[in-house]
Amino acid sequence: MASSGHGSGRQEAADRRLRLIAGHLHPRIAASECKAEAAESDPVRAKTVPKRRQEVMKWNGWGYSDSRFLFNKKGQAEFTGRRYRLGGLIFPSLKDWFESTFGANLQHKSPPTAALNSSAITPPNLNEPFLQDLKSMGIPHSLEAEDRVFRAHGHCLHEIFALREGRFGRLPDMVVWPNCHDDVVKIVELACQHNACLIPYGGGTSVSSALECPPDEMRSIVSLDTSQMNHILWIDEKNLTAHVEAGIVGQELERLLNESGFCTGHEPDSMEFSTLGGWVATRASGMKKNIYGNIEDLVVHIKMVTPRGVVEKSCQVPRMSTGPDIHHFIMGSEGTLGVVTEVTLKIRPLPEYQKYGSVVFPNFEQGVACLREVAKQRCAPASIRLMDNAQFQFGHALKPQVSSIFTSFLDGLKKFYITKFKGFDTHRLCVATLLFEGDREKVLQHEKQVYDIAAKFGGLAAGEDNGQRGYMLTFVIAYLRDLGMDYYVIGESFETSVPWDRVLDLCRNVKERITRECKERGVQFPPMSTCRVTQTYDAGACVYFYFAFNYRGLADPVHVYEQVEHAAREEILANGGSLSHHHGAPKPMSDTCETTNQIAAYIQSHGLLRPRFLHLVVHDGVVDAKATEDDERLCRKRR
Amino acid sequence: MASRTLYSQRDPALKKRDDFEDILEERRNSSDLKYALKCYMPVLYKGVTPCKPSMIKTMVLQSEQLRYVVTELSKETGEATEVIQGEALAILEEMAHKLHLGTVRFFAYMLNKAFKVLYQRIRVNEDGIQRLQQAIQEHPLVLLPSHRSYMDFLIVSYLLYTNDLALPVIAAGMDFLGMKFVGEMLRMSGAFFIRRSFGGDRLYWAVFSEYVKTILRNGYAPIEFFLEGTRSRTCKSLTPKVGLLSIAMEPFFKGEVFDVSMVPISISYERVLEEALYARELLGVPKPKESTSGLLKARRILSEDYGNIHVYFGQPVSLRSLAQGRINRSQYNLMPRHISRRPGEDVQVFVNDVAYKMVRLQEESMVLRPWVLVATILLQNPHGVEAVWLAEQTAWLRGLAQAFGAFLDWPDHISASRAVASGLALHPNLVCTERGRVRLATEPKGPGARAPEEDLFNHAVTVLSCASYRNQVLHVFLRPALLAMAMDVAPTSRKDDVYSCFGYLRDVFSNEFILCPGAEVQDFDEACFLLTKCSAIQILKQDIVATERGRPTLSFLSAMFQPFLLGYQVVCRYLCEEVAESLPEKSYVAGVRSYAVKRILSGELACLEVLSSDLQKNVLAALLRMGALRKSKAGELVTLRVNKSAINTIENTLGGRVSTQKPVLARL
Repeated sequence: MASSGHGSGRQEAADRRLRLIAGHLHPRIAASECKAEAAESDPVRAKTVPKRRQEVMKWNGWGYSDSRFLFNKKGQAEFTGRRYRLGGLIFPSLKDWFESTFGANLQHKSPPTAALNSSAITPPNLNEPFLQDLKSMGIPHSLEAEDRVFRAHGHCLHEIFALREGRFGRLPDMVVWPNCHDDVVKIVELACQHNACLIPYGGGTSVSSALECPPDEMRSIVSLDTSQMNHILWIDEKNLTAHVEAGIVGQELERLLNESGFCTGHEPDSMEFSTLGGWVATRASGMKKNIYGNIEDLVVHIKMVTPRGVVEKSCQVPRMSTGPDIHHFIMGSEGTLGVVTEVTLKIRPLPEYQKYGSVVFPNFEQGVACLREVAKQRCAPASIRLMDNAQFQFGHALKPQVSSIFTSFLDGLKKFYITKFKGFDTHRLCVATLLFEGDREKVLQHEKQVYDIAAKFGGLAAGEDNGQRGYMLTFVIAYLRDLGMDYYVIGESFETSVPWDRVLDLCRNVKERITRECKERGVQFPPMSTCRVTQTYDAGACVYFYFAFNYRGLADPVHVYEQVEHAAREEILANGGSLSHHHGAPKPMSDTCETTNQIAAYIQSHGLLRPRFLHLVVHDGVVDAKATEDDERLCRKRR
Repeated sequence: MASRTLYSQRDPALKKRDDFEDILEERRNSSDLKYALKCYMPVLYKGVTPCKPSMIKTMVLQSEQLRYVVTELSKETGEATEVIQGEALAILEEMAHKLHLGTVRFFAYMLNKAFKVLYQRIRVNEDGIQRLQQAIQEHPLVLLPSHRSYMDFLIVSYLLYTNDLALPVIAAGMDFLGMKFVGEMLRMSGAFFIRRSFGGDRLYWAVFSEYVKTILRNGYAPIEFFLEGTRSRTCKSLTPKVGLLSIAMEPFFKGEVFDVSMVPISISYERVLEEALYARELLGVPKPKESTSGLLKARRILSEDYGNIHVYFGQPVSLRSLAQGRINRSQYNLMPRHISRRPGEDVQVFVNDVAYKMVRLQEESMVLRPWVLVATILLQNPHGVEAVWLAEQTAWLRGLAQAFGAFLDWPDHISASRAVASGLALHPNLVCTERGRVRLATEPKGPGARAPEEDLFNHAVTVLSCASYRNQVLHVFLRPALLAMAMDVAPTSRKDDVYSCFGYLRDVFSNEFILCPGAEVQDFDEACFLLTKCSAIQILKQDIVATERGRPTLSFLSAMFQPFLLGYQVVCRYLCEEVAESLPEKSYVAGVRSYAVKRILSGELACLEVLSSDLQKNVLAALLRMGALRKSKAGELVTLRVNKSAINTIENTLGGRVSTQKPVLARL
């Protein structure tokens, strides 16, 4: 009785959880569709990402083919498709915001080349013996142009911009789809044997150019697509761990765990498409890390196939003290050391209750002070984010058309209260969005504590809706970028990790630097440069920047963009920030990431995995030469 | 490296400069009272709300920086933090400004009255004011005026008030506080007071630097201070002091502000109020202690004509762009920012370079009146010249100065003779015209024989006053003149020899003139460029030779700087001949002076400028820097130990002789 009661409670929780996830992901169809599929297949079988991803997803933009922003005939922005809650909605104020922020105009379009022209693509440079052996093993593969193009890029601006213009650089020469860890071992061995180059490919959401094929690579490049390795192999309820194949996509992992009443709680903004292996390889961070931790806190065990064999620990324990932790050099290696195939993760029972919230502050300074206090008292909710004024305006422009006069009346009243009664300046105020999770009672208690702190810094509670819309922005921002690119607006995001005392200075200086650099480089219209504090830690915070501008009149917009971004990163470093908090090291600045490179050099001495940093590595010829000799000996022995 | 960019190789004569407008004219035609009570609503930096002086004090006292130092001191000395905090408060009380609009209006009223009597015109570049207005809103501002008169304190504030711009907070020496009433008045018009020396006092340093940085960081007011540290008594720019400048830069280095704009301001006086006072001071009559009664006595000066003032607000210089590629700001990331530490080598060099750059920018925009050219010529001809010849010579020098990029205020329609005449008229105390001959004025021999020293002294006052006008133009001719002198003293005309002599002279004189450290090559190139341009020299493959046409130019240039060359040699002689091995530092100036007086009276030496204590101190600094003198401290007493052979070498090299040769020119 008790157990069944408990079970049904859990079932209920799972359902609620599903609805919530669906709330910001796939509200209408996803849930029912998945359920239907789940019923007819293996219970821990994920909905497979198709091998031919281009059938569901854009080949030259973000996300699903059927989901995109566009300006309709009436000049109103709308979001197509039925996958998201936003599908079919009208955003009346987006156009005005878009035109006034960027100086853009709906008359001036910059559409992408319509279709992928396969004939423009160089034929693959095949490694015949490798191909033959692969075929004999029965591992699926493809040489098709569309498949190769899809896996030749991540989502950096320059990559997408080139695709939209129909320009392709060096492509992988073939794509392979291993089905399990053993397949990967075989593929890596074959590559070793036949001197082929491997690039692991997970969700393809990389923003650090890690998927770019080196143009001067003479060997055959094989893209190793992990999408078919997407099973939860087991769940250990006693230890609260789950052993999962690395190719599983974030949303599927959550959905499947939810069905069993669990979750990982790891929700990076890209979780719809990014994979577990990718998270490990890039040191990902999820929005609810305050409760669940970042990927390095979540991982218990990693299995990685390297050119010199499989790397894994012999036990699945919470902590060990036997030299440096091997996990810490796998995490963040971005596919340069090996292919992550299986991961054991911590899991948690699904939270009983979830609640959004938001707080309005009179200015950004007060908001940061509040977040700092929250971090100090260690009472941060699952997520707490502070958007600056520009981003608040941005979020505001994404308010869907309201259906009833009553809602619009209420909105007006709220605005009146905040600006007139409380005296907030609409051009200075900023909003913190909150997400609470846990037991219902505790959540309510927690909520009160946070709102009390906020009140000390002049913050006013501003409702659940504002909070929820704030989180929505992060899921649709990449779709919005595609919309911008249709109208001469390009942009991207970058992020940093910074000590508390420097947060304000860094935000101000970086934004100003961006504005100034754009002006100096001939950008005709003032850029949008806005930031939010997205994570809080004891010793600092993660700050996330959006930067976009109208490039009409520029000969080489991507180059200008890259120069400005480089300057912005330089400014970040000068102000005490790091190059990255979770995106991974941006390629042009990777010279600052020396330590991992040197380890990488040792492991890569076979040159099998794409040597992303190799040109920067060798500083001390003697040591390296020696290391290589030792390697040779080792290799001979092994053979 | 960086000094390479300090000025362009472009022809300085083509420099674009703004036009001036007279602001006194309007004042003469309208009510002073109305002006003093005008509506004053300045725009501030990024629209900050104005902040009461008392608020700033509180912010400083509560700052982490200060609290940290207080705790540290309390740990070291064992005193309670409250006591030290109290001391800090006392320092702050003594230091802080109390800007009060009423007082500013009062000053505006009084200054209006005074200016209209004293000066013919006060001319300001309006474009500069416009730029300033823009700059104030964008970034925190540092105003860096030249400093040649007490008037500098008031004039910038006066101009900003007139143009409805934010009033600056001005760093002033503590000695002003000695003046009853006036010190407090200055305080209420925005001055803050700092001790002249506080080397070891950490608490003082902490309060002071935090005070400056708080004002700057928050952009409450532009900070104004004098890079030269003190009024230049010689009208030559002084070697910049970098302490306050490096404090003002720190908020940028630490990322607390996006940028800092520095605006050089050149204030040139046709006739400096303190003219005669300065000359006496240089001759050893100590500076009168600032006192209110002294100021009242100075009313006498109200009856004289002081000509024009030119104020040139230079282009705001962005600290960020100067630091680009030179300063790695990440070095400040590894320590909490409230802990101050000694800046790194690169930062020190950078600050120093910027200081020099700013002083050079001040120099370049100093307006020169024809009179300074006249004074230059007269000094080279102490026995007087024909008025006609003087006019011709002045016209010639005008051409040369313009070719070298001087900022001459000499409209084309005014003939040389008129320009000379108006200059002479403004300085009746310095020159006299008798029967078509112009010469430096000497006091009429009064009844009763006076001591020859007294005569000498009186004559020296005239010469030094006159020299202070010539000094205004020196920066224009400095580099070419160094080259001319180097060609004189170099053993051969080979480029290498000339260059090494140039470098040597440059080094010796680097305490005397503004010569950016590390910029030998650029200076040499510039000198070559300018002298080639006026075809005074020819640069051959291996050699640098004077052209026939250029000889007068070269000898004129050498003669212009001859007093300095002689001065340095005399001091060296003194140290070799009169000093055994060491002498107390205190008796140095008096010693040199009496030695020089003896030489002059005996007729061996004709150059009176040697008597200038400014020159003597510069030689001392140069010799210390070059290691020919060494300081040693025993208790209170500082002794200078003389390295005779080093001094001998310097003296001989300046004289253009190899040290073993029998000195010929040494008998000055």
